[in-house]
Amino acid sequence: MDALYELITGSDLGFWWKQLLLAVLIGAVGVIVFSVALVYAALMTYLERRVSGRVQSRVGPNRVGPLGLLQWLADGAKMILKEDVIPAAADRPLFRLAPYPVVIGVFAAFASVPFGEWLIAADLNVGLLYLLAITSLVVVGILMAGWASNNKWSLFGGIRSAAQIVSYEVPTALAILVVVLMAGSLSTQDIIREQGGWPWDWYVFRQPFAFAAFFLYFTAALAEGNRTPFDLPEAESELVAGYNTEYSGMRFGGFYLGEFGNVYLMCAIATLVFFGGWQIPGVSPAEHHGSWLWQIVGFGLFFVKAWAASFVVVWLRWTLPRLRVDQLMSLCYRYLVPLSFVCLLGTAVLMMLVPAGSLFDSLLRFGTFGFGLLVAAIFFWRVLWHIRHVGDRIDLKILARGVRGRFDPAIQHRAYGAFRKQQKQPEESR
Amino acid sequence: MSETSPTSADRARDAILLNMGPQHPSTHGVLRFVLHTDGEIMHRAVPEVGYLHRGLEKLAEQQTWAAYMPFTDRINYMESMFCNQAWAMAVERLAGIEVPERAEFLRVIACELNRIANHHITLGCMSMDVGAFTPFTYLLRERETINDLMEALCGNRLTYNYMRIGGVAHDVDRAWIAALEKFLDHFEPICDELDSLISYNEILVKRFIEVGVICQADAVAWGLVGPNLRASGVSWDLRRDQPYSVYPRFDFDVPTAAGARGIEGDCFRRWLVRAEEMRQSCRILRQAIAALPEGEIRAKVPRKLKPPAGEVYACVEGARGELGVYAVSDGSDRPYRAKWRSSSFSALSIIEHISPGLMIADLVAVVASLDTIAPEMDR
Repeated sequence: MDALYELITGSDLGFWWKQLLLAVLIGAVGVIVFSVALVYAALMTYLERRVSGRVQSRVGPNRVGPLGLLQWLADGAKMILKEDVIPAAADRPLFRLAPYPVVIGVFAAFASVPFGEWLIAADLNVGLLYLLAITSLVVVGILMAGWASNNKWSLFGGIRSAAQIVSYEVPTALAILVVVLMAGSLSTQDIIREQGGWPWDWYVFRQPFAFAAFFLYFTAALAEGNRTPFDLPEAESELVAGYNTEYSGMRFGGFYLGEFGNVYLMCAIATLVFFGGWQIPGVSPAEHHGSWLWQIVGFGLFFVKAWAASFVVVWLRWTLPRLRVDQLMSLCYRYLVPLSFVCLLGTAVLMMLVPAGSLFDSLLRFGTFGFGLLVAAIFFWRVLWHIRHVGDRIDLKILARGVRGRFDPAIQHRAYGAFRKQQKQPEESR
Repeated sequence: MSETSPTSADRARDAILLNMGPQHPSTHGVLRFVLHTDGEIMHRAVPEVGYLHRGLEKLAEQQTWAAYMPFTDRINYMESMFCNQAWAMAVERLAGIEVPERAEFLRVIACELNRIANHHITLGCMSMDVGAFTPFTYLLRERETINDLMEALCGNRLTYNYMRIGGVAHDVDRAWIAALEKFLDHFEPICDELDSLISYNEILVKRFIEVGVICQADAVAWGLVGPNLRASGVSWDLRRDQPYSVYPRFDFDVPTAAGARGIEGDCFRRWLVRAEEMRQSCRILRQAIAALPEGEIRAKVPRKLKPPAGEVYACVEGARGELGVYAVSDGSDRPYRAKWRSSSFSALSIIEHISPGLMIADLVAVVASLDTIAPEMDR
C-alpha cells in the first residue's frame, strides 16, 4: 500500500488526478478492511456457538458445511432477509442511525491491526492511540440505540453501557501504556518489532508489572467489549436484551457483528501488545521482512495467537456469572485503576533501575516466564482434574431408543412395550 | 391490586415505572412485576399474579375423586409427584383407605427423585438469572437421566400421573432399582462438582450474599415454607416434624445451612439449602431402595369411590415446602371443593416487603432464589 501511495504521489499526474487515485486507493483498502473485519466477526460468532456447545455438553452448529463452518453465512443471509421493524414510538432517524457508529467504530479499528508484517492497512505512528480512540465510538451508537428505542429496558442498557465502557477505558489504556512505556512507540508494528519470537521475549513476560498489566488489560477489555462477566448492558435475564431489545433484521446484525468484531479486536490488541504479534521464534525482523514464507508463517502465528485468546474469552463467557452494576463500578475504580497505576509506575521505576540486557533483566524475564508457566500448569491441571473426576452424562439404557425411533411415535410405542415386557420377566424370579 | 401508573409518591421521587413481565426472560413462567424504580435501585416491586389461572380447583368439582389425579400434575409441573401424593393422601384419609407398604416406599422413591429434579431446575435457573448459563445445562443433563428413570417408571417425563388413590400405578423391578442405584452412584459426586464449579464461585457468592434477606420472623409471618423457610434459620420439615408416609423410618438431616457464608435468609443460604437437600434426598433414596418391601402396590379401592361426607387437609413436604390440599366431600363421587395451599404464592407475596432498596439485578436473583413457579401460584 505504501508503494502504491509513493507511486501515485511521485507520479507527474495533475493534482486532481492524484487526489482521485488516492481516493480510489483509500476506498479499495476500506472495502478490503471491511470484508476482512466482517469475516473475522462472523467467524467469531461461529467460534462462540461451537465452543459454547462443547462447554455445555451440547453439540453446537454442525449442519451447514463441514463441522458447521458455513453457519455464519446462513446466519448472515437470515439477518439480511429479516424484516427491519422500527417501533412506532421510536425516534426514527436516531434509531436507524444507531448501528452505524457501532459497526464503524469496530471495523475501522481493523485498519490498524497488524495481521502480518506486510498485512496492515494503515501503519500509523499513533496506531495504539487510534485503536483505543476509534473503538470508543461504539458507546455513542449504543447510547443512541438505548435512547432512540423509546423502551425503558433499552434505556437501562444504554445507560449501563455508557457508564461501563467509559469507566473501563481508563484501566485499558493505562495497562497498554505500560507496554508503550517499554517500547517507546505507539506504532503497532514497532511494538511488535521490539518483542521477539520466543515467549520470554514477549512483553507479557518481560517483567512482573507487564505480566500484571496483561491481566488488567484483559479484564478491562472484557468489560469494554460487554462480555461476560461484564455483559450488563445486554444482561438477558435482567434487561431482556438491553439496548438492542427493539432491533431486528440487519440493524440488529450490525450490533451483533460489532460486538463480535470487538472481541476479536481486543484479542488482536492483546496479541500485538503482549504476545509478540507476528514474530516467529528464531527469525530476526530483517530476515522476516523480505521473505514470503516468513510472512505467511507470521500471519499464521498472529492468527493462532489471536484466536486462542478469543477462545479464552468465549470460555470465560460460558463459565462465569455476571457482576452487578455497583460491583462492576467498584471493581473498576477501586481495584483496576489503582493497580494499573501501580503497574505503570513500577514499570517506569524498573526501566530506570534495570538496564536492558543486564543479568537482573534476564532474571526478571525468565522469572516471570517461569511464574507464568506455573500458573498455566496449575490451571490446566485443575481443569483436567475436573474433567476426569466427573465425566459426561450417563445413559442408564432403561429406555430402548434408536436414533430413528426417537421422534417416531409408533416405534417409540413398540420400544416402550418391549421395555414393559422386559420389566415383567424378572418379577417371577424375584 | 397494585396501581399500574406512577403514583404521586413516584412523581415526587422522580421515579419511573417499569413493567417486568409478563414477557420477560427471567420471570419463571408468566409473572409480572410492577417496579417503581429510581434508576437501578427500586423503591418497590409489586408482583401481579393471575396470568396462568386455569381453574384447576374448580375443575376438581367436575371430576370424580380418582379422575382428578392427572389434573394435579398441572398444579405445579415441577413437582407433580408431590401434588399427586397430596391429593392421594387427602382422598385416602377421607375414605379411610390403608395404603400398602410397598406403595408407600415407591411413593417416597418417586417423590425424592422428583425433588432432585426440581432442585436441578431451581439451581440452574438461579445461576442462569445471574448470568451463568452453563450450570443450567449441566443440571439439565442430570435431570435428563431422572426423566429417563421416571419414563421407565410411569411412562411420563414431566406430568407423571404416577400415584393412584390407595397406591401407585406401576410397580418397579430389579432392573429399574439397579438403574436407580447406578444413577445415585453417578449423581452423588455431581453434587460435589456443583459446589466446586459454581456454588462457591466468587462472583456468584457476591451476587447472592446479603441479597434479599428475609429474617426469621418475616419468614414465619409471611408463611414461607420449605427451603426458603429453612434458609431463614427455621428448621421445619414436614417429613420430620409432621411425619407422613414412611418417612419416620429414614434417617436424614434437615439442612438450614447455618454457619455457612452469608447471613441468615439471604439468597446464598437458599442456594446452599437446596444443594444440600439433593444430597439428603440421595440418602433417603438409598435407604428406601435397601428397605423396599414386597407386596401389593395398590389397596383395594371401590371402582366408584364415594368417601363419606367430611373435610380433610393433607399436606406433604414438596420440593418448595408444604404443599397441601383441603378437600371437602359431600358423600358423592365427586369432590365438593378442593383448595390448594401452594408455596409459591406465599413466597411471592414477600417480595413486595423485601424489595425496597434492591437493585433490578437483585430482584431477578431474589425471585429465582425463592423458587416461585407461576402456574402454582395461579392454579
